[in-house]
Amino acid sequence: MSIRVIKTLKRLAAVVLFAPAIVLASGAELHLDKAPVSTEPAALQNGAKVFVNYCLNCHSASFARYNTLQQIGLDEQQIRDNLMFTGERVGDLMRVAMKPAESKTWFGATPPDLTLIARQRASEFGSGADWLYTYLRQFYRDPARPTGWNNVIFANVGMPHALWQLQGEQIAKVSEHEDGTKSIELELAKPGKMSVEEYDKTVADLVSFLVWMGEPVAEKRKTIGIVVLIFLAGLFVLSYALKKNYWKDIH
Amino acid sequence: MSVDQKMDSGRRQLLVATSAAGGVAAVATAVPFVASLTPSERAKAAGAPVEADIGKLAPGEMMTVEWRGKPVWILRRTPEMLASLEKTEGLVSDPASDKQMQPEYAKNKHRSVNPEYLVAVGICTHLGCSPTDKFKVGAESGMGAEWPGGFLCPCHGSQFDLAGRVYKSMPAPDNLEIPPYKFLADTKLLIGDDGKA
Amino acid sequence: MTTKSQELVHWIDARFPLTSTWKAHLSEYYAPKNFNFWYFFGSLALLVLVIQIVTGIFLVMHYKPDAALNASGVPVAFASVEYIMREVPGGWLIRYLHSTGASAFFIVVYLHMFRGLLYGSYRKPRELIWIFGTLIFLALMAEAFMGYLLPWGQMSFWGAQVIVNLFSAIPVIGPDLSLIIRGDFVVSDATLNRFFSFHVIAVPLVLIGLVVAHIVALHEVGSNNPDGVEIKKKKDANGLPLDGIPFHPYYTVKDIAGVVGFLIFFSAIVFFAPEGGGYFLEYNNFIPADPLKTPPHIAPVWYFTPFYSILRAVTYPLFGVDAKFWGVVAMGASVVIIAFLPWLDRSPVKSIRYKGGLFKAILAVFLVAFFILGYLGVLPPTPGRTLLAQICSVLYFGFFLLMPWYSKLDKCKPEPERVTFK
Repeated sequence: MSIRVIKTLKRLAAVVLFAPAIVLASGAELHLDKAPVSTEPAALQNGAKVFVNYCLNCHSASFARYNTLQQIGLDEQQIRDNLMFTGERVGDLMRVAMKPAESKTWFGATPPDLTLIARQRASEFGSGADWLYTYLRQFYRDPARPTGWNNVIFANVGMPHALWQLQGEQIAKVSEHEDGTKSIELELAKPGKMSVEEYDKTVADLVSFLVWMGEPVAEKRKTIGIVVLIFLAGLFVLSYALKKNYWKDIH
Repeated sequence: MSVDQKMDSGRRQLLVATSAAGGVAAVATAVPFVASLTPSERAKAAGAPVEADIGKLAPGEMMTVEWRGKPVWILRRTPEMLASLEKTEGLVSDPASDKQMQPEYAKNKHRSVNPEYLVAVGICTHLGCSPTDKFKVGAESGMGAEWPGGFLCPCHGSQFDLAGRVYKSMPAPDNLEIPPYKFLADTKLLIGDDGKA
Repeated sequence: MTTKSQELVHWIDARFPLTSTWKAHLSEYYAPKNFNFWYFFGSLALLVLVIQIVTGIFLVMHYKPDAALNASGVPVAFASVEYIMREVPGGWLIRYLHSTGASAFFIVVYLHMFRGLLYGSYRKPRELIWIFGTLIFLALMAEAFMGYLLPWGQMSFWGAQVIVNLFSAIPVIGPDLSLIIRGDFVVSDATLNRFFSFHVIAVPLVLIGLVVAHIVALHEVGSNNPDGVEIKKKKDANGLPLDGIPFHPYYTVKDIAGVVGFLIFFSAIVFFAPEGGGYFLEYNNFIPADPLKTPPHIAPVWYFTPFYSILRAVTYPLFGVDAKFWGVVAMGASVVIIAFLPWLDRSPVKSIRYKGGLFKAILAVFLVAFFILGYLGVLPPTPGRTLLAQICSVLYFGFFLLMPWYSKLDKCKPEPERVTFK
């Protein structure tokens, strides 16, 4: 009796183990390009410049202070001269003048604060950096939208293509497949001030900056982590030796 | 602790070594916790130096700026006000500012960088009230005919001269504090930072 | 000749049971000598409790439980967490220790409970230890749930909204109960502040009391061991268990090594992967709570997902009452049923080492079902997934409810007289 029961249970276990594979397939796919994230000061400084010139007009970065930028190799004078335009102090938070109620009227939605955007946009399809890198390079002209712009991975986004002068204008070519799915291909209809490589590098720098701004302490955290793990490894060797020494009495 | 007193040297060595390493770990762990008690970036930003534009300050006028939550007075002294400091020399308890209530560059007769401008923290050194200005000379200020001009603290009656020096036999023990400051330009002061580390 | 420190100890002993407590619970508390890897998790749970309390104390110095918007339009509570991360010296580390500690607490506690399942640690005379343990588990779930609201992110807010709304499904008292829990008609500042009070002081006090009771009850009867053999049955001439060793120094020194080993894994996460792949710090929670915008997918934190799956699996109304309510009942039952194990297990042996293939197979099925329920809990429901959750829920409850029969049917091996080292 028990053998039969065990066999049944084994079959049940097999079903239970394999059924999930069929059932657990995820929903809508999102294809993201891998973002080349850098932690080099030069890249981060370039990214900071792009951020302050193109993003900070509508988006705030209200958890970051201007003087935090000293951590990417800029000194206070450079920050004041190149990155601050509206008379705040260098210790101030990077707020934006536009009021949330106004921006909601103008754009349909308040432009979100960007301090943590790289951490927010992570998903099973890629990191937040991947999402941002893809997003900023996949705007295309869409006369049907109030801003005249749409985006491949963020359909009907309220944001216009803030960097269009640098990238140029892309148009979308939609193709239908046999199984009914659609895919969008982008073509550069009008070139911008930068070549494709230059633009991609600029976006990579901007994304690197956003990643940094999401957690400025990240590099320091990892460095301390290495020291901690090495120390704990040593402490483990000692404490294990101590244990073995005492347990000689028992075994 | 244990009944058996004879511990072999190997065990003792291991115990000492592990305890020492454990002690290091404990101290290292304590560091971020203690650090979290020190002023944060927000506190440091709020306590950051404050710029003061003194371009519109007329002789004999005083303005107040806030620095680290405290009132800082900037008084543009007239020649008569500066002259009164000779008279009060004998009436104040620390005329040479021997007690360290000011930075080195304010350890002089006028207790300031530039004799024309007094920069002082407007808090009485007794119990923390803010003294009122009594700049008018003589009986007009209600301080008696001999009054050369200065400050009076309303709480317990302490009197200070126009360099912030406390008179003798007052409840307040010390001269008014002079904060670190420097001139950024002829008409601009930076309170809270004198460029010296 | 007594030293000064020995004199001090004598002075205290005359007034306070210092040495007698030390002896009873440490240097002369005899524990079985065959504890294995599964026996680390009790002391580790105590360690994580201390970590959470200490980091919690320092976080409260800077955190503000206020749902109102600051000058930048961000809720003050959310902004205070970012303030801790960026502006308080060392704040980022204290925060990551606390968030990783919360997940570590559940990993350690689940493994600790599993040890109980393996070796029959809940069997007589240890039923009360097991009941206290179930209460600790419930208190821990409440503590974690309320703590998760505090960062006031999108997941915090909507997770709380969903769970508190569940209580409104209870017939008659439901809606009023939800109102009392929330202090408002929706999750709001009122909810945030009372959850803060409970999370910071009320539940921790209860937890500490329960942990003390749990350990006192354990020491009253003595620890079980991987063979399920009662060591007090075989004593030497001095009345000490033949298979027992004093907890101090043998298990203090072993547990120290265990602590260091644990800290290596713990630190690896804290310093290199504090987000835990989005499971320990969820990505959505970096977005400030927005009562007007529901995220596309709300899931509870990973450690609640098996029970959440069971809740969602109940889709049929009964006796005129919503399925929603029965889901809550099923979820509650799935935790409370754990407390009944001492009376459900009728096996003549305690430890899985001497149980038969039937019990082992059923335990394996239970484990697989539990993990599948956990995984399903993070995903949005589909008809296929709901069916799978229902099957696994039946398996989960079956493990407990059928135990009185299969534990008797199971062909066990004879238990040894003395402990073994396997």
